Amino acid sequence: MITYEWLYALAGAAFALWALLSLRERRWGNAAFWGLLALSFLLGSHVSDLVNGLLVLAMVAIAGVGGLTRSDPPTTTPEERQMLSTRLGNRLFLPALVVPLTAVAGTLLYNYTPLGESGLFEARRETLILFGIGVVVALAAAMVWLRPPLLAPAEEGRRLLDSIGWAAILPQMLAALGAVFALAGVGEIIGGLAGGIIPGGSIFLTVVVFALGMALFTMIMGNAFAAFPVMAAAIGIPLLVEDYGGNPAVIGAVGMLAGFCGTLLTPMAANFNIVPAALLELKDQNGVIRQQIGTAVPLLVCNILIIYAGAFLL
Amino acid sequence: MNYSPLLGIGIVVIGFALRFNPLLVVVTAALATGVLAGLDLVAVIEALGKAFNDNRYISVTWIILPVIGLLERYGLQQRARAVIEGMRGATMGKLLVAYLAFRQLTSALGMKDIGGHPQAVRPLVAPMAEAAAVKTHGDLPEDARDEVKAMAAATDNIGLFFGEDIFFAIASILLIQGVFESAGYPLTPLQLSVWAIPTAICAFLIHGARILAFDRRLGRARK
Repeated sequence: MITYEWLYALAGAAFALWALLSLRERRWGNAAFWGLLALSFLLGSHVSDLVNGLLVLAMVAIAGVGGLTRSDPPTTTPEERQMLSTRLGNRLFLPALVVPLTAVAGTLLYNYTPLGESGLFEARRETLILFGIGVVVALAAAMVWLRPPLLAPAEEGRRLLDSIGWAAILPQMLAALGAVFALAGVGEIIGGLAGGIIPGGSIFLTVVVFALGMALFTMIMGNAFAAFPVMAAAIGIPLLVEDYGGNPAVIGAVGMLAGFCGTLLTPMAANFNIVPAALLELKDQNGVIRQQIGTAVPLLVCNILIIYAGAFLL
Repeated sequence: MNYSPLLGIGIVVIGFALRFNPLLVVVTAALATGVLAGLDLVAVIEALGKAFNDNRYISVTWIILPVIGLLERYGLQQRARAVIEGMRGATMGKLLVAYLAFRQLTSALGMKDIGGHPQAVRPLVAPMAEAAAVKTHGDLPEDARDEVKAMAAATDNIGLFFGEDIFFAIASILLIQGVFESAGYPLTPLQLSVWAIPTAICAFLIHGARILAFDRRLGRARK
């Protein structure tokens, strides 16, 4: 049976390769950070929780002191790329399409044909495992088709990975924060408080508070990912799912999108709202946000209605 | 009841507002929350390590980077640029609605780095939108030009945000999965990502209508 452990081995090997390539360039911080992440992927299931915890602290320390730098591996020039893209045409999109197609078609086949009874994949893990298979297939196809130097995919991947930097593990870290919040009973505390504020038993008003809370917390923190574990622990899971029996998939997915509406409204999300205003040389620093208000507010209302209808009425 | 674990939420909010490294903020908040809830420090570090380890699948998505990087080496960005340039000739309204659809669809298929402000909006979408607006409505004052460019940037953001979650192997979907799984509610990525579709449709309708209304308003202002 193919399990997540196979995926972890694959990802661990990729991070280890990136660590080695960083080491070759004497980027010690990058090498240490990706090396520790590789260890987490390759050995995380076999070492104690304390070792895993110390691994996390070490990675955060490297990122915290600014140990990660952007890299500049050898690649093609803009002129070469222009020429190649003219020659190769829209076929360039095909390898990228292989990945979602493999995963979605594979998941449907696996779930709606007798294939599912083969027990080939770990239960409920088939989509992400098929995503991994799709990546391997797409990479192999692109290698055969384009015939780049053997190390090219690794170097190009490192170029992108180093431009993301420590932010690559932020979502995973935030999910871990959510788990610690759950352990510390943050959800029960806020659920108790919110229960006193929200008029008893009104599902609709609780949905409104949850979605507005996601948007507001996102505006304050500039990041829906950071707001999500907080609001899920506070209202989404204890009240909407547990007390009122709502559908957790809708509450989670659309709750996150309510947060995205908040991202459109805040200068704290500098990458999306302030940086482009500067790039486009707008006189008004908040010019982009101004154009987004008229979409974000009605869309937030839509999200509230979708959560209410999808989680409680359907 | 002991309310002190809530301080962790305060640490997240203040830490992000003061622009400390977010990883540092998150780990500090996690440690503080656990200790304030009465656990000893080693137990909190263990809990954090276990939770990080249990959620590794969220970071598995980065294995796609070699594929995207390799295609970029052979001109993927340039190809996307040619597709966007092919939308030329229309009015500003039609151009931005087409870009909105393109951005939502490519993000939903996992190609979210095909657009973006430095790569696409500044060099392409904003100048094309401005040129199309001038062509239809005649010369425009500085403020109106800024509004057009800002609308181009807004369209890129909205297309990305309300397209990307339809792709299941994306950090936000897997983060939702991780948080719910930690709380005892196992979900699959596809179960979550199909629920991004209704909002994506609403976003297209609302923002598309606003773009077209904006184009008409520019025309009226000139008369």
